[in-house]
Amino acid sequence: MAQGRQSHAWHGHFEPKRVPEGVWMRCDGCQATLFRKQVEENLNVCPECDHHFQVSVADRVAQLVDTDTFEEWHADLRPGDPLGFNDRRPYPERIRAEQERTGLNEAAVVGQGFIKGIRVVLGLTDSGFIMGSMGSVVGEKLTRAAEEATRQRLPLVIVSGSGGGARMHEGILSLMQMAKVSSALGRHHAAGGLFISVLTHPTMGGVAASFASLGDIILAEPKALIGFAGPKVIAQTVRVQLPTGFQTSEFLLEHGFIDRIVHRRDLRGTLARLIDFVTPS
Amino acid sequence: MSTAGDNRRLSFDAPIHEMEARLGEMQAEYARSRAGGDASAVAEQIRRLRRELAGLKQTIYANLEAWQQVQVARHVERPQSREYIDLVFDEFIELHGDRAVGDDGAIVTGLARLDEHKIMFVGHQKGRNLSERTACNFGMPHPEGYRKAILKMQTAEKFGLPIVTFIDTPGAYPGIAAEERGQALVIAENLLKMSMLKTPIISVVIGEGGSGGALGIGVADRLAMLEHAYYSVITPEGCATILWKSSEHWKKAAEALRMTSRDLLGFGIIDEVVPEPLGGAHRDHREAASTLKSFLLRALRELVEIPRDVVLQQRYEKYRRIGVFFEGVDAAAAEVLEAVVGSASATETTAATLAPADQQRPTRPPIAAVDVDPTPHGVDSRAGALETAPTRD
Repeated sequence: MAQGRQSHAWHGHFEPKRVPEGVWMRCDGCQATLFRKQVEENLNVCPECDHHFQVSVADRVAQLVDTDTFEEWHADLRPGDPLGFNDRRPYPERIRAEQERTGLNEAAVVGQGFIKGIRVVLGLTDSGFIMGSMGSVVGEKLTRAAEEATRQRLPLVIVSGSGGGARMHEGILSLMQMAKVSSALGRHHAAGGLFISVLTHPTMGGVAASFASLGDIILAEPKALIGFAGPKVIAQTVRVQLPTGFQTSEFLLEHGFIDRIVHRRDLRGTLARLIDFVTPS
Repeated sequence: MSTAGDNRRLSFDAPIHEMEARLGEMQAEYARSRAGGDASAVAEQIRRLRRELAGLKQTIYANLEAWQQVQVARHVERPQSREYIDLVFDEFIELHGDRAVGDDGAIVTGLARLDEHKIMFVGHQKGRNLSERTACNFGMPHPEGYRKAILKMQTAEKFGLPIVTFIDTPGAYPGIAAEERGQALVIAENLLKMSMLKTPIISVVIGEGGSGGALGIGVADRLAMLEHAYYSVITPEGCATILWKSSEHWKKAAEALRMTSRDLLGFGIIDEVVPEPLGGAHRDHREAASTLKSFLLRALRELVEIPRDVVLQQRYEKYRRIGVFFEGVDAAAAEVLEAVVGSASATETTAATLAPADQQRPTRPPIAAVDVDPTPHGVDSRAGALETAPTRD
């Protein structure tokens, strides 16, 4: 194994956080009372209305990648506190709390795995870790993932979930991660590399305005919130009622900004088929 | 008021205005005294007052707090792209439109001449009076603005013209139409395309560097800020609303975000701070323009000498190494290191001075050890270098 690459097996030990605890739960989409186990077995999608609950990175990996094939890279990257940021609590403290809560070191996980036997470089952001926002670590991990995909001529798949965009707590360094990852993707594209971007609920701000929008092919899960500015900010600025379905996957499809909306159960298969089409056999 | 407006008269400028008023009175008195005979005493007083005024401006403007810098950066009389176009460039032919949706007034583009250099200019424009501001949408571009910008930049690349961009925006416009026309996508594409443009790019934050809306025309080989400009991941008001739950706390947010030119120089994000006239660029447009012009000329002369593929490689490396994080240390060690490094700085120096004491130092993708060539080494050699190189200078 290459030196410096963290290549331990994927344990998938993270607790799924997005589906509320308890035997029964209520669907955010249709308000139906659901048997929790049934939702989990259904990839965290509501069996009644197809509402897609947010899933943790571990669950996402399990859903997409062939069993036991995921190898995580750079898992030991940890955020610093370059600004000495302190809003209502110091940033390092906030980080520690998030790490304990999620079992992750940071909002992004990168590595390689096989999707239906096809080797891919995979990047994922967990919308549960400081809203999936991008600071130095997320930017660095995704950049390394893109560079490695270029080097090994592998397809790159990034599944984004980020309500936070560029992380405020790391200030200008977060903003610059947008340029850093985009530059690496520029090289990947120039080298003829494939990049498929998968947008999940929510993908906003600096994440939407960088890597998430730079796929050769852009897929989205149904009814995900995707956009540049948050709906609240827009509502305050324009002072009119926002149209129904504004900034959803369906809205983006209608306006021509994504290629397909893919149901979670079809995502793995769709990725495999798409990669197969553009990879020389 | 609760937020940083664009007040014509800044509260912390009051002593300056007072002294200027006194100076005015004295000059009137001087005129009267001269008519009546000897005015040398008054003239001496005036000279003294002028020296005091310069000293006062120096004192106030050398010690501005972050929120005060924001107010200076937003000052209505601060020169904008169009003033600088008139004062800096010898010739300007404006080019309009994105060839798809329209012509966005928030971004001005065109061919310009600067001494011996022919360049493509791209810059935000906020507007001076209400009608101009409305036409420019207060410097907040829609997607067509970013598309227009990149189109002109691609034209520049085709004909080998260097690109100069001036950043001055509160942010890309957060509106319904902007979202419908793909605000996030156009900014993302600009970042990628600018990183690949085979021509030198110089960017200067002349006023407000509002987040993605600024970066969308700001991926550059040389990045500078005017002394009192700010550049931030989010506006202080936006940050305060989210983290402090009220925009009332914008002054605190401005401080916390470390968004002044000095902060960014310290982080190694910008290459240079372009000094402003005493008391801010709004007090002397000509002098501000002249300093800016010297910077541009220097940067241009430097960059045009470098082969284009080297420019491109260096641009990649410039962004590649931005970031502060720990690698190869466990949580406890990271905590100790964090305590040592504290919030001191994110510069290379901090890491270097720390390194001899402890090999498990915080790493930024270091300049010296990075191998960004897309060769078979890349990640491996970098990681190796991090583990084996105890010091770096």
